[in-house]
Amino acid sequence: MTLLITVFSAIAATIIWYNQKFDDRTKTGVLCFMYWGAAIMWFVDAVFEYAELQSQYFTPALSDMVNDAYLGLSVTALGLIIWLVVLLISDPQKVVRNALMKK
Amino acid sequence: MACFVVPAVEAVITTAVTKVIEKKEKTEAKNETVTVSGGFSKKLKWLNNMLWGGSALLAFEHIWHGEVVPWFPFLTNAIDPANRAEMLHEMATAGVSMTILVTAVWAGIVAVTGIISRSAVPAESKSGRN
Repeated sequence: MTLLITVFSAIAATIIWYNQKFDDRTKTGVLCFMYWGAAIMWFVDAVFEYAELQSQYFTPALSDMVNDAYLGLSVTALGLIIWLVVLLISDPQKVVRNALMKK
Repeated sequence: MACFVVPAVEAVITTAVTKVIEKKEKTEAKNETVTVSGGFSKKLKWLNNMLWGGSALLAFEHIWHGEVVPWFPFLTNAIDPANRAEMLHEMATAGVSMTILVTAVWAGIVAVTGIISRSAVPAESKSGRN
């Protein structure tokens, strides 16, 4: 579930990045790579888990599924927070700097 | 357990390498009249983002499951020797596999963008002549 939610987040971030026509003033590229990196890592984790559990991997308990979904959403939120911090610190459009300099 | 540590270690190394290459590219750009955009340092930054981002989100998952704690030795499985061996085994298998796959995907992206940019240059020069 965590892997699925992260993959969907990565796809959504990539679509947003693509629609911006490579104008990366909002640093969506960072968000894309971050989610894709995590998705690949969780994919490897899932492969190892599948090798251990076999078919049981696809029939998780409801409580585990809910917990994993909650984790996936939290991971998506954390990714967005990290991206926001990177955006505000790098400030490519000088919005923060102009706001601070304004009297 | 601690599989995210392996890609994080690679992220530290690639970030250091990126800084060195970036410095070198800036020096070369100063000496040359024509500047080349999209150098290798830019491509390395894609790998850094994937490794740092992935490791950070995976670290959060480990905190969620109580495998990472804010006190020494930070990894709960590092306390007991039996768990420690299991943790190191997971790092050597899952951790290394994650790192290899992320790097392989990045290498694929770099190769594809290289092919696209090489094929775009002759088309642009052709249209420039007409």
